[in-house]
Amino acid sequence: MTNEELKIKITELLPAATFEEGGEWINVNVAPQNWLSIAQQLRSNEDLFFDYLFCLTCIDWKTHLTMVYHLSSTRYRHNMVVKAKLDRNKPEIETVSHIWRTAEFHEREVYEMFGVNFLNHPDLRLLILPDGWEGKNPLRKDFEDPINMIRL
Amino acid sequence: MYEEVGTTTEGDLVINVGPQHPATHGVLHLVITLNGETIKKVEPHLGYIHRSIEKMCESLSYRQFIYVTSRMDYLSSHINNHACALCVEKGLQVEIPPRAQIIRILMDELTRIASHELWWGAMAMDLGAFTPFFHAFRERESINDIMEETCGARLTMNYMVPGGVMQDIHPNFQKRVKDFLVQYKKKIKEYDELVTGNIIFQNRMKGIGYLSPEDAISYGCTGPAARGSGVSSDIRKLYPYEIYDKLEFDEVLETAGDSFARYMVRIREMEQSIRIIEQLKDNIPEGDYQAKTKAVLKLPKGEFYTRVETARGELGVYIVSEGGTTPYRIKFRSPGFSNLSVLDHIARGSKIGDLVAMMGTLDLVIPDIDR
Repeated sequence: MTNEELKIKITELLPAATFEEGGEWINVNVAPQNWLSIAQQLRSNEDLFFDYLFCLTCIDWKTHLTMVYHLSSTRYRHNMVVKAKLDRNKPEIETVSHIWRTAEFHEREVYEMFGVNFLNHPDLRLLILPDGWEGKNPLRKDFEDPINMIRL
Repeated sequence: MYEEVGTTTEGDLVINVGPQHPATHGVLHLVITLNGETIKKVEPHLGYIHRSIEKMCESLSYRQFIYVTSRMDYLSSHINNHACALCVEKGLQVEIPPRAQIIRILMDELTRIASHELWWGAMAMDLGAFTPFFHAFRERESINDIMEETCGARLTMNYMVPGGVMQDIHPNFQKRVKDFLVQYKKKIKEYDELVTGNIIFQNRMKGIGYLSPEDAISYGCTGPAARGSGVSSDIRKLYPYEIYDKLEFDEVLETAGDSFARYMVRIREMEQSIRIIEQLKDNIPEGDYQAKTKAVLKLPKGEFYTRVETARGELGVYIVSEGGTTPYRIKFRSPGFSNLSVLDHIARGSKIGDLVAMMGTLDLVIPDIDR
């Protein structure tokens, strides 16, 4: 499907979704509390069939956090981006690790690097950072480490 | 007394493999729960070589950050640089001269062969065959010599820059590539005689570590790990960059889904890379090797994502720009990270002795996983 057709199809499916212009793929903004049901629809709908989550990450905008999900369909070869805005002080979103299994590791990485709490995640622990780093989130913009960080 | 696979109960043996273990090819730490010899659970612990490249890139300019990325997947450093250069070029909307495009593809494919060579030698060594390592390194050395002559480095090349390549190719480059092809085609037959056809090797690989196509997609496996299960995932074919759409080569697919299938994909991929190099070696057009770009690069506000096919699978570079000279946020979707996540799934229920074969065919490069 082209981006235009995708946009029409997604608007039918999710009337509440808002689109962001620009970029090579369509960008859909969703509310974090709706994300789980939307993810299930995107995965199971026969015309969309987004079965491949190729990138999952988070961006710290200083005022809020944004979760970014890059989705692709191996059947139709179309791509889309889903974004969810989170509260920076209490970031919470449902896990999608049972829909796309790759999310399990990626969500653990986002959990330790940004402090996002993934609800119902099967194994939310530190993956890369050593023990004792809970609560410190190195990829947040206000993270300071005077010893190990080299500013150029 | 067998419990459900994946749970730890009293009496299970928990062993550590790594972080300093020769079979993990780097500092990967696996905590393995065993029941007798049967694997119940494999838990990777990462971060022993985590340098937080993503955070580092936030304070580096668009010309500088490419040098850091050579240190991610150090066996495909050209292809890492390529992905970053493509992403910056996408933001700047720069056209690359045809000469630079051809040089880039030639370098990419030589890198792919060199990377698969090292994988082949190291994997055979993991399984107890020491000789193949020397055979593989003999050919890999010739590629490294070609690289050294043109790029001045043997491992972290930093040769591809936004706009093209850093320097023109060495005058000897084409001759040496041709010599390499002649030499290589004689030797590649040895590989099959030495390892592929070996019955002990086949018994250790066939039917081991089965990965279904659905799981391969769900776990985000790419590259030979996915193609061994019959999942078409070659970015060069699906989302062609540079002039890959004009070249003749096949996407290598195997359907068995076991370790042997993943092995065969890489062996056959080397032949496809040879095909690509043969089409291009005499067709490097004259002209500039670099497009004219400003000294200080500024990407417009927005988001840019590029995907390329490294020797391990799909590498994604995601740049979020605020319009400044440094990226606001950068994310590297590394192929190894997703490929590693499937290890627990395919290893459960197998014998501990087969774990090394499975890890070998996933071709894990730890700095690529940790970043």
